[in-house]
Amino acid sequence: MAAPLTLLLIVAVTIRAVLFRSSLAELISARVEVVSPLNAWKRVVEGLALLDLGVSPYSGDVFHETPLMIYLFHFTVDYAEIVFIVSAYFFRKQKYALESDRYSADCLELLRSPKEMFYIPLKVAMFYLLNPFTILSCVAKSTCGLNNAIIALFIFCTLKGSALLSGILLALATYQSIYPLTLFAPALLFFLQRLYIPVNLRRSSFWFFTLQYAFMYVGSLVVITGLSFFLLGSWDFIPSVYGFIFSVPDLTPNIGLFWYFFAEMFEHFRLFFSCVFQFNVFFYTIPLSIKLKEHPVFLIFMQIAIISIFKSYPTVGDVALYMAFLPAWSHLYRFLRNIFLVSCVLLACSALFPVLWHLWIYAGSANSNFYYAITLLFNFGQVKVFTTTWLTNCEWKNRWRNKVSLFINLY
Amino acid sequence: MGLLSDPSRRKVLTGLLTRLNTPICIVCYLAGIVWFMGLAFEPFTLRTYMSENAMGSTMVEERFSSGERALSLAKEFDAHKRKAGGMPVEWLVKAMQSRGLEVFTQSFSRKLPFPDENKERYMVRGTNVYGILRAPRAPRTEALVITAPCSPGNTNNQAVALLLALAQYFRNQIYWAKDIIFLVNEHDLIGTQAWLEGYHHTNITEYISGSLRGRAGSIQAALSLELSSDVITSLDLVLEGLNGQLPNLDLANLFYAFCQKLGVLCTIQGKLQRNDWDTAEGYTHAAQTMMLMVLKQACGRSWGDHGLFLRYHIEAASVRGINSFRHYKTDATTIGRLLEGMVRKLNNLLERLHQSYFFYLLPSLSRFVSIGYYMPAFGLLAVILLLRALDLWVHLGAPALAAVDGVTEAEQPSSPGVLTVLTPVVISHLTGVALYLLPVHLQEMAVEHFPVSETEAVVLTAIAIYTAGLALPHNTQRLLSGEGTEQGWKVLKLTALLYLAVLLGCTALINFSLGFILAVTLVPITASITPALYALVMVLLSPAFTILYCVFIYQELIEAPVSVSEGWMLFLSVISQGILDHALYGSLVYPLLALFIYPCWLMFWNILFWN
Repeated sequence: MAAPLTLLLIVAVTIRAVLFRSSLAELISARVEVVSPLNAWKRVVEGLALLDLGVSPYSGDVFHETPLMIYLFHFTVDYAEIVFIVSAYFFRKQKYALESDRYSADCLELLRSPKEMFYIPLKVAMFYLLNPFTILSCVAKSTCGLNNAIIALFIFCTLKGSALLSGILLALATYQSIYPLTLFAPALLFFLQRLYIPVNLRRSSFWFFTLQYAFMYVGSLVVITGLSFFLLGSWDFIPSVYGFIFSVPDLTPNIGLFWYFFAEMFEHFRLFFSCVFQFNVFFYTIPLSIKLKEHPVFLIFMQIAIISIFKSYPTVGDVALYMAFLPAWSHLYRFLRNIFLVSCVLLACSALFPVLWHLWIYAGSANSNFYYAITLLFNFGQVKVFTTTWLTNCEWKNRWRNKVSLFINLY
Repeated sequence: MGLLSDPSRRKVLTGLLTRLNTPICIVCYLAGIVWFMGLAFEPFTLRTYMSENAMGSTMVEERFSSGERALSLAKEFDAHKRKAGGMPVEWLVKAMQSRGLEVFTQSFSRKLPFPDENKERYMVRGTNVYGILRAPRAPRTEALVITAPCSPGNTNNQAVALLLALAQYFRNQIYWAKDIIFLVNEHDLIGTQAWLEGYHHTNITEYISGSLRGRAGSIQAALSLELSSDVITSLDLVLEGLNGQLPNLDLANLFYAFCQKLGVLCTIQGKLQRNDWDTAEGYTHAAQTMMLMVLKQACGRSWGDHGLFLRYHIEAASVRGINSFRHYKTDATTIGRLLEGMVRKLNNLLERLHQSYFFYLLPSLSRFVSIGYYMPAFGLLAVILLLRALDLWVHLGAPALAAVDGVTEAEQPSSPGVLTVLTPVVISHLTGVALYLLPVHLQEMAVEHFPVSETEAVVLTAIAIYTAGLALPHNTQRLLSGEGTEQGWKVLKLTALLYLAVLLGCTALINFSLGFILAVTLVPITASITPALYALVMVLLSPAFTILYCVFIYQELIEAPVSVSEGWMLFLSVISQGILDHALYGSLVYPLLALFIYPCWLMFWNILFWN
């Protein structure tokens, strides 16, 4: 297993290094599908320059990264490319490690051969490292790669069973962008399952553990936020980062659903619509948690997918994050209907994004409707992937249950 | 999506798809071709109309009368041009200044990647002269451009002279709301490109030029004038620009409206409109006009000096005066009045032309086909690729589906490794990169070893690499042993079909004609390819041969048919022009063909030699 993995790593690093040095790097870092106002490298450099001048980096509404991120880059700005490649490696390592020991909890052995399972970590690593979306994201030096690394570390620590580390990393991920807050529920469910605590609202053991975990999470969050305050000496970063994420003032087109709506609507409805759109991201946690109580890892996957589709400034790096997890559920492949059509739709949309952008902005022959149509189609394809995986999981569970009951009845 | 989720209905649908796949594909292909040819049939087209309100309401009375003075100026310009042996810069500057314009010059130089044999130039050095007529009582935020090229020999003298006469007439009027720039460019497209890059501070290509000292605001529209005789019989409108981009249809409508008003014969593609659409000749005439437009748009070069303006979102068209053997002649004053009318209407614009269509085909000047009508023809061809891909997916997935209901674990079908598909893809794309980079970079080496000129070296290297790519599959198959599984070529075909579909779709969106022409030849061969197909058929429908057929068809349509050897020479010059256009103006046809279409075709070629 080590040899193919090393080969994969070498290939991935080579591709990224070659692209970093070529003239395409400039082109890619300007693409709106790859960078958003939240994680563009250009803005990080701007924030660093402001910091060096002694001015608050959040003045001027250009910089929307968190203070810890700016200090990380303060020290490593010359080696920025290396930082991004290392984070990609880190991420792969976490994915590999977490995949290799995940399946003791889920009893999938009967429907999948051990040989298949052996190759899953490699497939997951390949899906992430060689995914064109991640390569583009890395070459554009978008901080999305670092966010993905933190989420991957969080999943790794959760699966390893370390509640404290998991809480800290989840706090870090939430601190970066608010949306990983919804991952609190699946992580909690995983720990409860692991410690054999039944999810019963009347049991005190349930409340005891929940409060413990919540305390660790909220505590780390408070500590990190306080640290940021002390680093920069002001609370500027809260409206600049979190206010920016929630109120969506920047309407540069991207692959998300927000910009077109918010460009069209009247000012006095803006608050209502931003509430509705943001609520949409958080809303699915509760029903999904209730339905997927026994499958917290699948729930993590679902939540990450929802965040990537419905967040306010998505980029292709976010899409790559949940797509990398798909091989982990390869036992569902046999039941996946329409996967061909959906993949064709996603492929065609990814190719059409730059074409319609060119026609709109440069040739002037198209307008924003064309670009938004492709955005809608892309998100529709993603939602189709999401629902198809969900439905096949339900069907697989039913079949599994039937087989197990058949098995038990025979004996 | 109940139809696709319900298993029994799904089985029926997929069964239908696999059984009737070939008939549906053939029907779709024929329907696509018939739809496309039917576009020229007049009842299926719409009459052109003026969409922009600001241009429709006012009809002015033109008062330009200095046509004779323009003709004598033309003789003067010709004399000075001969004396200076190129562009008579000082005379032009003095002439423009005496007419009250603010005159500026721009010198530029450019070294072509290899000598251009059609125009006989290699190291180009020139000067553009332009004069700005400032609008007397308006904020100087917008401008219009009227340009005439300074060409060697006897061509376009009257155009430059008419430009100067118009400048003098315009200077005396008070109704101008936009600044008007009168541009005389040297070395046609190269000069225009240098001027536009200097004006907009962009650096798309590697021109060495000084930045412009005089500017006039953002350019709303441009007109290019080409006039080489004292009297003309008709005016030809040229619309096709770089990369197949077209100006807004309102500009063509404007031209047509003024030709009607002043009684000037107007043509498009050099063909006059006919009224007998219900006869066979009438229909063929319209179809020929439309096919000419399609071919011109597909080759991606700018067919007039206006073509480079379109990239900067400036609506521009070229007006060319033609003197043929007709009874009724139009003099320079009428042409001047026509231009005056057009420029006055453009002066009335409140915003850039955007109301009318940007994507259209013109079977004649008064009838048009919009994108909503011509895209289904392409869609029918693209659907064939998708149907074939679906069919292959169903076939590939069939053994796996049989194991779904098995209780015990099923034997995984021997799926070909990723390597078998990846290898042809990587090798094809590397060959494509070689086809793109090597001809220009290796020309010195080729000239040393072979007795050919640089242009011939470049073109012949390109053809050599193209042919060498055909030999590759034999060698790669021998290198990698253990190939040739039945599944292998099907997976490769599936990947290549999807790749081709996405590629053709993106091409058709940007340049419909190029996408459609490539689809017509590539789709039937790629949809029906198996290892048992004849290699010759595949070669005869390859992209290079498509270009060759287009050259012959184009010559037929402009009523100058050529013999095989002449056609071959034309084909070679088309390739060299394509490479030059890409290097000089940023045309995308050559990179598209070399880096994407050719590798895709090579992937299919690999399938032929799979066993």
